[in-house]
Amino acid sequence: MAAMTPTSRYTEGAETRQDGQDAQVARGSQDARSTGTGTGTPARATARRPRPRIWRGAVLALAGAYFIVPLVASFVFTVHVPGRGITFEAYTELLSADGFTESLLLSLGLAAATIALSLLLAVPALVAVRIGSPRLRPVVEVMCMLPLVVPPIALVTGITTVLRWGPDHLSRTPLYQTFIAVQNENFPVVLVLAYTVLALPFVYRSLDAGLRAVDVPTLVEAARSCGASWPYVVLRVLLPNLRASLAGASFLTLALVLGEFTIASLLGFRPFAVWIVSISGAQARMSVAVSILSLLITWLLLIALSRAGTTPSTAAAAPATTSRKEP
Amino acid sequence: MSSTTDSRAADGTRRRRRGPRTWLATLPLLAFTGLCFGIPLGAMAYGAVTRTDPASGATQVTGEHLARSLQGPYLGSLIGSVQLSALTALVGGVLGVVIAQAVVTSRSAGLRSAALTASGVLANFGGVPLAFAFIATVGISGVVTRLADLTSLGWNLYSFTGLTVVYLYFLIPLMVLVIAPALDGLRPQWREAAQSSGATGRQFWRHVGLPVLAPSLLGGFVLLFGTAFAAHATAAALVGGSVPLVTLKIADALSGNVLTGQENVALALGLDMILIAGLVMAIYLPLQRRSARWLR
Repeated sequence: MAAMTPTSRYTEGAETRQDGQDAQVARGSQDARSTGTGTGTPARATARRPRPRIWRGAVLALAGAYFIVPLVASFVFTVHVPGRGITFEAYTELLSADGFTESLLLSLGLAAATIALSLLLAVPALVAVRIGSPRLRPVVEVMCMLPLVVPPIALVTGITTVLRWGPDHLSRTPLYQTFIAVQNENFPVVLVLAYTVLALPFVYRSLDAGLRAVDVPTLVEAARSCGASWPYVVLRVLLPNLRASLAGASFLTLALVLGEFTIASLLGFRPFAVWIVSISGAQARMSVAVSILSLLITWLLLIALSRAGTTPSTAAAAPATTSRKEP
Repeated sequence: MSSTTDSRAADGTRRRRRGPRTWLATLPLLAFTGLCFGIPLGAMAYGAVTRTDPASGATQVTGEHLARSLQGPYLGSLIGSVQLSALTALVGGVLGVVIAQAVVTSRSAGLRSAALTASGVLANFGGVPLAFAFIATVGISGVVTRLADLTSLGWNLYSFTGLTVVYLYFLIPLMVLVIAPALDGLRPQWREAAQSSGATGRQFWRHVGLPVLAPSLLGGFVLLFGTAFAAHATAAALVGGSVPLVTLKIADALSGNVLTGQENVALALGLDMILIAGLVMAIYLPLQRRSARWLR
C-alpha cells in the first residue's frame, strides 16, 4: 500500500491538471494494475473519459446564464429608457443622492464589527471543541446552528419585545443606559448583536469545514511537543491553516450585513439596504442601479478579502495535510 | 462542569490533548448566544402564550394566540411557506450539487475560486436588491419580458413559480458553498480503490460517494429550507400579498396593517415557524454527526 501511494497521487495529479498525454499515461498505468479484473475495464474507461467535460461545460454554461442574465438585464434596465435611448442619469444622480454615503458607511462599520465579534466568539470555541472538549461539540453546534432555524423576522419580534422592557421596567436601573446606548442612531450596537447571531451558522459552517480539512489534534500535538506555547499554537499553527475558512466566514458575514433589510428596517435604522428601499418608490431606475452597485461593491470587497485569505500556498496546503495522514 | 472534568480525568482511555479547561474557550460563545439569542426568543415565546390586560397589567397564560395562528389565512400562509421552501430547497439542492461537482472536478483553479467567490456573494444577494433585479429583468416591463415576450407564454413573476425562480438565485450558490467542501472531502483514493476493484462510476457513487455525502446533502437541504422559509424582504418586494407566506403575515401583523392587538399572533406565528424549522433540524443533526466520521 505504501508503495502504491505515490503512483495513485501521480494519477490524481495527471487527471485533475492535464488531459491528453498525461491522462493517457495514467490510464495506462491503471490498466496495468487492473489487468486481473478483466478486459472490460480499459474499454469502458476510454469510452467514459470525454463525457465529463461536455457535461461540465453544459452545466457551467447554463448556470452562468441563469446567474448573469438578471444582472445584465438589470443594467440594461437602468441605462436604457424606452423612447429616450441610453442615459446614465440613474448612476450620476446617485452620487449626490441624499443619504447614500452615510448609509453605506454605516453598513460597512456594522459589517466590520459583526465580523470581528463573530470570529472572536466562534474561533476559540470551535478550536477548543476540536482539541479538548469534544463532549461540548453538540452543544456548540446546536447553539451556532439554531439561529438558522429562527427567521430574522421572528428574532426581530423578540428583540422589539426585549427593547420595550427598557423604558417599561428598567428605567431606574443602570441597565437602562445600556439599552439607550445599544440603540445609538450613529452606531446601533443592537444591530451588531443581532447580525452576529444571524451570522453564527455561516461562520460555524465555514470554520468547521476548515477544521475538518486539517488534522487539528495532530497539528497541536506536534507543535506542543516541539515546545510551542498555546498562543503560538493558535496564532502561528492553527490560524494559518484556517485562513481560507476564516476568509470564507468573513465573506458571508460581510455580504449578510450589507444586504440585511428585515431587522434594520423593523427596528427603525437606516443602513444601506433600507436606504435602497426608501428611494425605490420614487426612483425605480436608481434603486435598480444601486442594487447592481451594491452587488459590485460586495463583490469587490469579497475578491479583495479572498486574495488575502486564499493564497495559492494555503489552497495547496489543505489537501496535502489531509493526504499526509492517509497511509 | 466539574463532573465533566472529573469523569474525564478518571477516564483513562480517552486521549487527553491538554488540561481540563478547554471548555472555558466555548463560554463566550455560549454566553453570547444565551444572551442575545435566548432572551429575545424567550421573550417571543412568552408573548406568544400570554396575554397582558392593558388596564390592570395582569398577565395570564393563554393558548389563544397559538390557536389563532393555526387557523384560516394564518394556517394557509404557513402551508404556503412550507411548500415554497421545500420545493426551492429540493430544486436548489440538486442543481447546487451538480454545479459544485462541475466546479470541484474542474481543472481550472481560476474557475474554482471565481465560482466559490461568486457563490459567496450571490448566496447573500437576497432581499430587496434581488427582487429589484428580477423585476427589472422578468417583471411586467422587464427587459427580458419585453425581448422574449414572456407574458404571452404565461409567465408571471409575481406568483409561486416566479418566487421559486427568484429564490433559486440565492439558494443554488448557497448549496454550492455548503457542498463544495464535502465534495472536496471525497478522497481520490476512494475512487481509485473502487476503480481498481472493478467498480463502475455509478457503483462508486451508489455505494461510496452518496452514502458519504448523504448527511452533507441533507444538511444542505435543511440549510436551504431554512433560508427559503425565513426569506422576507424578497417576497415582500416581489409579490406583496398575492402569495401567502408566513413572513409577510408576521410583518403585516407587527406593523399593525391588519388589526390592532395582532402583535401576539405575530409572536405565535414566529413560534410556529421555529417549531417547523426545529423539526427539520432534529432530523439533520444526528446525520451530521455520522458524516463527521468520514469527511474529517
